[in-house]
Amino acid sequence: MLESLISAFNLILSGEHFLYLIFGVFLGIFVGILPGLGGIVGFSVLMPFIYGMDPVSALAMLIGLIAVVPTSDTFTSVLMGIPGSSASQATVLDGFSLAKQGQAARALGAAFSASLFGGLFGALVLTLIVIVAKPIILFFGSSELFMLGVLGISMVGVLSGDSFIKGFLACGLGLLLGSIGSAPATGEWRLAFGSYYLFDGIKVVTIGLAAFAIPEICDLLRQNKTIANKEEPIGKGWLQGLKDTVREKWIVLRCSVLGSLIGILPGLGGSVVDWIAYGHVVQTSKDKSQFGKGDIRGVIAPESANNAKEGGGLVPTLLFGIPGSGNMAVFLGGLTLLGIEPGPALIEGDLKFTYVMVWSLALANVIGAGTCFFLSNKVSYITRIPYGILAPFMIMIVCFAAFQVTRSLYDIYILVVLGAFCTLMKNFNWPRPALLIGFVLSDTLETYLYQAIQFYDYKFLFKPGVIVIFIITLASVYLGSNILKRKDLQIKYRTKDLFKFNIQNVYLGLILVFFAASVFDSFQHQLTGGIFPGSVSVIMLITFSYVLFFNNKLLTTVINTNFSLSDTKDLFKAFSWILFLVILSSLFGFIIAIVILFYSLMLKKTELSLLKITIITMCSVATIIALSYFMVLDFPQGLLQYFFKLPWPFK
Amino acid sequence: MFKKTIVSIATFFMLIANAGAVDFSGKTVEWLIPFSPGGGSDKWSRYYAPMLSKALPGNPNVVVNNCPGGGSTTCANKFAKMKNGDGLTIFGDSGSTKFPYLLDDKRVKYDYTKWSKTIVLATPTGGVAYTSPKFYKSKADFKKLQGRPLKFGSNGATSLDLIPLLAFEMLGLQVKPVFGMKGRGPSRVAFERGETTIDYQTTSAFKSKVMPLVKSGKAIPLFTWGVVNSEGKIMRDPTFPDIPHWAEYYESVFGKKPGGPAFRVWKSFLTAGFSSQKMVFLPTGTKPEIVNAYRDAFVKVTKSDDFKKSRNKRLGVYDQVTGSGVEGILKGAMTVNANDKAWLKNFVTTKYGVKF
Repeated sequence: MLESLISAFNLILSGEHFLYLIFGVFLGIFVGILPGLGGIVGFSVLMPFIYGMDPVSALAMLIGLIAVVPTSDTFTSVLMGIPGSSASQATVLDGFSLAKQGQAARALGAAFSASLFGGLFGALVLTLIVIVAKPIILFFGSSELFMLGVLGISMVGVLSGDSFIKGFLACGLGLLLGSIGSAPATGEWRLAFGSYYLFDGIKVVTIGLAAFAIPEICDLLRQNKTIANKEEPIGKGWLQGLKDTVREKWIVLRCSVLGSLIGILPGLGGSVVDWIAYGHVVQTSKDKSQFGKGDIRGVIAPESANNAKEGGGLVPTLLFGIPGSGNMAVFLGGLTLLGIEPGPALIEGDLKFTYVMVWSLALANVIGAGTCFFLSNKVSYITRIPYGILAPFMIMIVCFAAFQVTRSLYDIYILVVLGAFCTLMKNFNWPRPALLIGFVLSDTLETYLYQAIQFYDYKFLFKPGVIVIFIITLASVYLGSNILKRKDLQIKYRTKDLFKFNIQNVYLGLILVFFAASVFDSFQHQLTGGIFPGSVSVIMLITFSYVLFFNNKLLTTVINTNFSLSDTKDLFKAFSWILFLVILSSLFGFIIAIVILFYSLMLKKTELSLLKITIITMCSVATIIALSYFMVLDFPQGLLQYFFKLPWPFK
Repeated sequence: MFKKTIVSIATFFMLIANAGAVDFSGKTVEWLIPFSPGGGSDKWSRYYAPMLSKALPGNPNVVVNNCPGGGSTTCANKFAKMKNGDGLTIFGDSGSTKFPYLLDDKRVKYDYTKWSKTIVLATPTGGVAYTSPKFYKSKADFKKLQGRPLKFGSNGATSLDLIPLLAFEMLGLQVKPVFGMKGRGPSRVAFERGETTIDYQTTSAFKSKVMPLVKSGKAIPLFTWGVVNSEGKIMRDPTFPDIPHWAEYYESVFGKKPGGPAFRVWKSFLTAGFSSQKMVFLPTGTKPEIVNAYRDAFVKVTKSDDFKKSRNKRLGVYDQVTGSGVEGILKGAMTVNANDKAWLKNFVTTKYGVKF
């Protein structure tokens, strides 16, 4: 084993292999930085070249690409509040808060060093575990995976901020949003309201952009300042971040273990990992008061976990040929193009390729984190750019990213609807992490519960693995329960206030109506098709009724912010800029729409001269055009394109 | 002699004329694949793309463009709207594009009969069913197999799994499908885990992932689906010449040939889902010379050394259907008697609760 490890190391450093690795790493950094694009788009760019390539070079390149995406996706998460990929949504919570306090470089420094450790840990796990992992993966069947989903959901308590009942409802909402579309048991289309687009369900990228990017853009537009509002020396601090990581070494280690474990278990999906790690660190921290407001631990935890995930994720991919995430699915495709057939034979026979991957993973993490470190101080200055200039760019990137989900205008429409919903959610103090955790675990819970019952009846509850995970879940709930003892809130809310006309009441009412509609929808389907969303909704409605009539203490937390109708109008003005772009795109196509957006937004919000505005606009448009050219991506088309044939890029 | 010379001169000029008519040099051909990158259809198209580029007149750049959504119906609908193509957009479908069409899925706005003149390639594949050697050693144990409840991991009753479900049903096996599997890979792992007791894999996955299980005594093959040829006959799967195909198996255990609406509809769906699983189309109404350029190109590809060397590994030991033979195979796959279709829908509805 040691011998083949060393020879694989020599192999990767020899000849052009290393150059390909570096190329993969740089491409990975690039697609990682761009929100909405990630490993999958990077792979699509590389795929045409892979066929017929020397396998070692190709492997180095592919692994280099996936290894660094969870490192570099941190840039936009921290600096702009836009999740760089679905694996770094949780990083936004504290990372962006730190950036707003002028500590962007520190947050990035901590994130990259945590990523580096996580990535190396993942490589180590791959080396040690891959040979013996088969029984582990076979041990985790549907019953155990279901119970792991329950364990994940138990973190809602700590992720619900000031109001447990709001977190509970938000989580239920996430579960429902995740169950839209085809039912795992029967293939029936639920909550789709006849829309073919919704038949496929809502994708996690869309939810991530809607829940984090859109609300931040609206808030910043409303205030029209720079992202970082304190006059602090912004360029320094990455060293501080590095020190933070070293200080929190146990968190880094625990979250790396968590990340690689979630990676090893296919079926939980790649987008759960950051939320589980985040929930875990909040749960186990004594002082939880700063989470969500700029606690560095909230950056370190998800970042170490999401890099460790890739090493773990390679285990089932190589051993069974079953990919645990979208990235791994494409990587698997690349392997077969290279003529490498994953399966027991690959592991039990010649370990050469496996160890090439191990070293590529390790080296890529080092080079990737190093490059990102190098960039972080400079790039942090983005947070000093006046928001009037940055905003149109961010709106453009967010809409373009959302459009890549299925390349349909509906992607953007859904983004806007959910974005509006989540913007209010943020301002009404509803916990968005609870929504997200419900969403990412929805499919896991439903599918595996159904399968476990089909395979074992209710006896699945007594399997040893299930019992062990259940005990851990109880511990997790216990750890989280002390969060319920919160200090008294400023705003008191009484039952009779619920019947006053108030924008927050209307919002709450809409959520309850959605639950009721979902109950109704469930009865339109077969039992196994409708039971999951139906029961979730019923539980939500019953819980809320209980709180409403019997638990005044919890009820007082339902409206815990002073956000009035006039604030909402203000917010809508900011939101209308995004709406403006969407309407323009539907009419004239994306490119013409963003040109108009750039001009009008900058004319309104900045004092720049027309020449400067033109220069900024042209540079931005050129960037996005070049990007879509090299990555073979499309732009949204409008009515104009429907009637007239226009040359690229307007088509 | 004189006649021959004239004919050959005429052919020569026709060739030149044709070559002059279609030239893609400096152009880019976009190959639409209605599935995500990394999937079976994606790999298939990316395997073909560079060779197609070499074989087309003018050697255009051939790029694969993934457009997933709606279980491949969204992109197929989009492609169906294109008319009179210039040969710069082609579409690669799969069995999962054909089944919704055959089952009158409401999302389907495309019509395969409109592509009968513009189909240019059909790629067959196969599948092998297997079970556990704990209770089945050979055909002699068929009664034992029939007598016990079996569990089968499936993606859904209207997916390609319709073929195994119907095949098991006709054999009188008591198979209870457990739906919601995310593809064949997880179904196979569920079998290895012992959660399911009967399963099937497509050719390449069976070879690389189930064969080791067979060798170590953890799985035993039952039968292949066989391959329906362009004359509509079911033949043994050339990749697994030693394993009987389903119809043979049926005959050997029941002593009579399979028949009736169940078998007829099964055979049509087998043709659509496996024996001509992946096809390449140009937009309807595309000029015959462009269509012919593509058909010739695919003939050229399948005759090239590159292809011959790598085919068995990439696509299995299946003869690709090229030239004008493709029209016949499409017809075979899409011709389902209305009564048989009604029978099938009724079967799926009563048995698995799927509403149409």
